[in-house]
Amino acid sequence: MTFLLALTLFVLAVFLGVELISKVPPTLHTPLMSGSNAISGITLIGALVAAGADHSTLTTVLGFGAVTFATINVVGGFMVTHRMLSMFNRKR
Amino acid sequence: METFIQLGYLLSASLFVLGLKRLSRPRTAAQGNMLGAIGMLIAVVVTLFDQDILSFWVLTFGVVIGAGVGAALATYVQMTGMPQLVALFNGFGGLASLLVGAASLEQSFDLSDGLTPPNTDFLGAGAMTVLIGSVTFSGSLVAFAKLQEIWPDEVTNPAVVRALNIGLVAVSAIFVVLLTTDHSSWWLWLLAVVALVVGVTMVSPIGGADMPVVIALLNSFSGLAAATTGFVLGNSVLIIAGALVGASGLILTLIMCKAMNRTLMNVLFGSIDTGGVTADADEIYAGRVTSSSADEVAMILDTAGKVTIVPGYGMAVAQAQHAVRDLTTALEGRGAEVLFAIHPVAGRMPGHMNVLLAEAEIPYEQLKEMEVINPTFPQTDVAIIIGANDVVNPDARENPESPIAGMPILDVDKARTVVVIKRSLSPGFAGIPNPLFALDNTLMLFGDGKAAVEDISSALADI
Repeated sequence: MTFLLALTLFVLAVFLGVELISKVPPTLHTPLMSGSNAISGITLIGALVAAGADHSTLTTVLGFGAVTFATINVVGGFMVTHRMLSMFNRKR
Repeated sequence: METFIQLGYLLSASLFVLGLKRLSRPRTAAQGNMLGAIGMLIAVVVTLFDQDILSFWVLTFGVVIGAGVGAALATYVQMTGMPQLVALFNGFGGLASLLVGAASLEQSFDLSDGLTPPNTDFLGAGAMTVLIGSVTFSGSLVAFAKLQEIWPDEVTNPAVVRALNIGLVAVSAIFVVLLTTDHSSWWLWLLAVVALVVGVTMVSPIGGADMPVVIALLNSFSGLAAATTGFVLGNSVLIIAGALVGASGLILTLIMCKAMNRTLMNVLFGSIDTGGVTADADEIYAGRVTSSSADEVAMILDTAGKVTIVPGYGMAVAQAQHAVRDLTTALEGRGAEVLFAIHPVAGRMPGHMNVLLAEAEIPYEQLKEMEVINPTFPQTDVAIIIGANDVVNPDARENPESPIAGMPILDVDKARTVVVIKRSLSPGFAGIPNPLFALDNTLMLFGDGKAAVEDISSALADI
């Protein structure tokens, strides 16, 4: 992917993100933050490639750390958001 | 196979977009979170088909450990610990991006296989990943430590720390340029170390009521770090997902800033001016503060038809949310209408009060935003303030000289009777006295939030 194409994707996605989130009610501020934080754990797929590339000991160690922490971020983030949201809905 | 992977990423990016959209509506939020999780699962599964992945045991090991730790934290941490947990997860995301950036750069520095040297775009993106990832990681850890109260909420010389911070930002910018032009491991690790210190110097002087801004900003940073990782790897879904999170975090940050009538720059690099114009606390409070008892408050509540409760960080500290729910049920049993007035920056993270009250099973229909509840205060019989201070300070509205002048507040002073439950007359985060406490219609009930609310409930039951 060229740098310009990557930049185009990035800028358009920022605009999209602003449109998507601009009217979020305060009740959802925390779940939105923890849910979107889990999505930012997408860096996990970069970590998988770095850890599995078998390039050198250093990159494998770095990759292993990245996979572990990104997975904590992803699994923990989605699960805690789910827990919070089910709490919001249980008395309705 | 490459096409298959790219189509998988497209599907996963689409699910993130739909997920975020649903996550911002109360009815569909749970579904939105689920869509995000499915998108993530798809992205991970198709990545395993990547031909660059040669050995799987390291991956499996990392995923198993990470999933176990993440699931345990998400399941067993109490709701009162939620701000800390959000900060911690945020930090781990930043750390992961930092490590991926470092691994990619290290791999590109190795030219032993006759590979071509990395180009400037790649190195620049890698350097930015290391920079943002490091700041997100150490900044989030400091935020975590502050919320956990193992790191002081205030530093002795905030001005010095802020100046140091600006200097270190400049130093890391230099390292970014050096790393981009003269690629070597040295610049990479020097940049990482300096950027880690930047995270510490950025967050350590920010405390108390400004915490929601920092938490939201770090959330935005974790997204940006993922996006720059996408630039390094030339990976579309990383760029899109990272940009979406970066944007949503930034919007939350700006909502928080607006709720305090301050700019982001002011929160990060300025400080609330507490000198000079501030009135003397003794002068304001002298002889005018009415101290009350649980019995007296219960008597007033007994005849009240419309009660509004204003929770603040003090309610979270005292873990008083369940006691508040019991009082609410008791009042409703006597025919009173009970509402909750939620200031956008009450607590230590965006939406903090909503989470605590939801945990205590208070229906969110009873939780009212500032704009909705403010016009109703003149018709309110009793406003009960539990552990909130600056967000109910009428000086923000009436005294243009006040350090918090112009900050939107909850107009509790317009209620017929105001009950303030507080440990003492000590000032809030802004460090200024609150004339609300000295009003004729204000009763101060000094004590621990939870105990005081329980005392009112039992006094009410005896009437």
